[in-house]
Amino acid sequence: MVPAIQVEKVSKHYGALRALDEVSLTVERGEFFGLLGPNGAGKTTLINILAGLVLATRGGARVMGHDVVRQYREARRALGVVPQELVFDPFFTVREALAFQSGYFGLRHNQDWIDEVMHHLDLAARAETNMRALSGGMKRRVLVAQALVHKPPVIVLDEPTAGVDVELRQALWRFVRRLNQDGHTIVLTTHYLEEAEALCGRIAMLKQGRVVALDTTQNLLRRHSGCYLELRLQPDRLPGTLAPLVTQRREGGYRLALRDYNEVERVIAELRAAGLGIQDLEVMQPDLEEIFVQIMRGADGQESGDDRRKTMDERRGQDGALHEPIEKIR
Amino acid sequence: MSIPSTYHPLQGFYTLFRKEWLRFWKVNVQTILAPVLTALLFLVVFAYSLRGRVEIFPGVDYAAFLVPGLAMMSVLQNAFANSASSLMQSKMTGNIIFVLLPPLSHPEFFSAYLLAAVARGVIVGAGVFLATVWFVDLRVEHPLWAVVFGFAGSGVMGTLGIIAGIHSDKVDELAAFQNFIILPLTFLSGVFYSIHSLPPFWQALSHFNPIFYMVDGFRYGFFGQSDVSPWLSLAIVATSFFALSFFTLWLLRAGYKLRH
Repeated sequence: MVPAIQVEKVSKHYGALRALDEVSLTVERGEFFGLLGPNGAGKTTLINILAGLVLATRGGARVMGHDVVRQYREARRALGVVPQELVFDPFFTVREALAFQSGYFGLRHNQDWIDEVMHHLDLAARAETNMRALSGGMKRRVLVAQALVHKPPVIVLDEPTAGVDVELRQALWRFVRRLNQDGHTIVLTTHYLEEAEALCGRIAMLKQGRVVALDTTQNLLRRHSGCYLELRLQPDRLPGTLAPLVTQRREGGYRLALRDYNEVERVIAELRAAGLGIQDLEVMQPDLEEIFVQIMRGADGQESGDDRRKTMDERRGQDGALHEPIEKIR
Repeated sequence: MSIPSTYHPLQGFYTLFRKEWLRFWKVNVQTILAPVLTALLFLVVFAYSLRGRVEIFPGVDYAAFLVPGLAMMSVLQNAFANSASSLMQSKMTGNIIFVLLPPLSHPEFFSAYLLAAVARGVIVGAGVFLATVWFVDLRVEHPLWAVVFGFAGSGVMGTLGIIAGIHSDKVDELAAFQNFIILPLTFLSGVFYSIHSLPPFWQALSHFNPIFYMVDGFRYGFFGQSDVSPWLSLAIVATSFFALSFFTLWLLRAGYKLRH
């Protein structure tokens, strides 16, 4: 079977800048695929090449087997793109915007499907509202609906949850999950790593225009065999022998990185020997964020702590707050 | 029982045309009524101040001479403005992606924007004609010629508007295009006078202005008189149209400023 997306040695240069450098990847049909990376890694450029909005300097890409340049009509018919920017046409209502989008794809009598899409995205009540009068979240929903009017087998969402409230984010993911279960291939870029971890079966990580990791989410998580130990001590003082393990000094506690679970015993023994009481102890699995940070650091091996902090902040989003636990998204 | 959606090869073109049509029609006070009013003001000011003093074609009142010129000027300016401002606004707001993501072919894209521009130009032109015909004694000798030049002229300017809209990234770039190219060419095309009344140098120069042929041919449709043969004018206007159209299609195929 032809894969949903094939990207072969795609490069995109803007003068001296290499936005993409020989990127190759394949997304099989029915996958839920994540595209991760810091700002400027080339995620949007790659998506725009698939959508035909950007022409690759070298290399080629196919959507459902159709070359995005030579067979652009077939390729675009197979692809639905939710752009990152919150764009809209201020002249028209929600229903008009969706009817136009459906018409551009050559479809007639598509009203039933448009109504269904509006229903699933909670847009039905605002169908006759002018786009200008909608809130940001509502505009985002319309963008998603516009990408779906032609029932594309492959759906690409470029950071659809940036700046979106919790309720919409969860509604959106429920809907996208359902589309995936119905057989649509989903490609997602996001800054929120919990989202990627919860949703994506496979993940590619990009950095400075190159793929630095490409594996199933499970394998990526397994790649890191260690675990984390969070401790609160009484008195609040760590024995010197354990100091090298500390990754973070938190309010009233410590976070230690361990090579494997057996090390937990040693840590406890040393704490006892030092006469310290354990107030609280938590053993934690590494999450995608830890792996992301490791891979991003390892990709060129000389990144400073500042960069690490930057990546962490990005993950927290512009509002600086951590987002809801994975369980809720599921 | 619901009707299943069906694919139709012309639906993409038709939808884009319809969207472009609604874009100007929804604000017709600004896009139709305002230019008609502007043309009327020109007519009042020039016709009354020059009445009796100028007779360009024998037996033709200056006000009557002026009406086709003003109508054509409105046709041309509005055809240009329609495609140019639509494309530039879409690029600036980013909603151009809604027409770049679908599988619209280059000829579909081109002809939809073109047809909407022609529609607005012709509607404004007809509006100027209908508004003036009540108080200016105007005869129409060859209506077919007038219609042909009305459509051909707006076709050329609609195409130029597409090129300008694709090229301009900012409002002032488009304004420069409009103020330094379109406006001088229209004003110096014989809208207000016959080029025979110009000194030889300017008369010769006017022959390099394609808009002169549009206005001259259009006027022939009304009075059966013109500075040059309507056939020559038609040949030049048609050649300009095809040359600009091929150039625009080439720009679209290359992705100039739209697909980087």
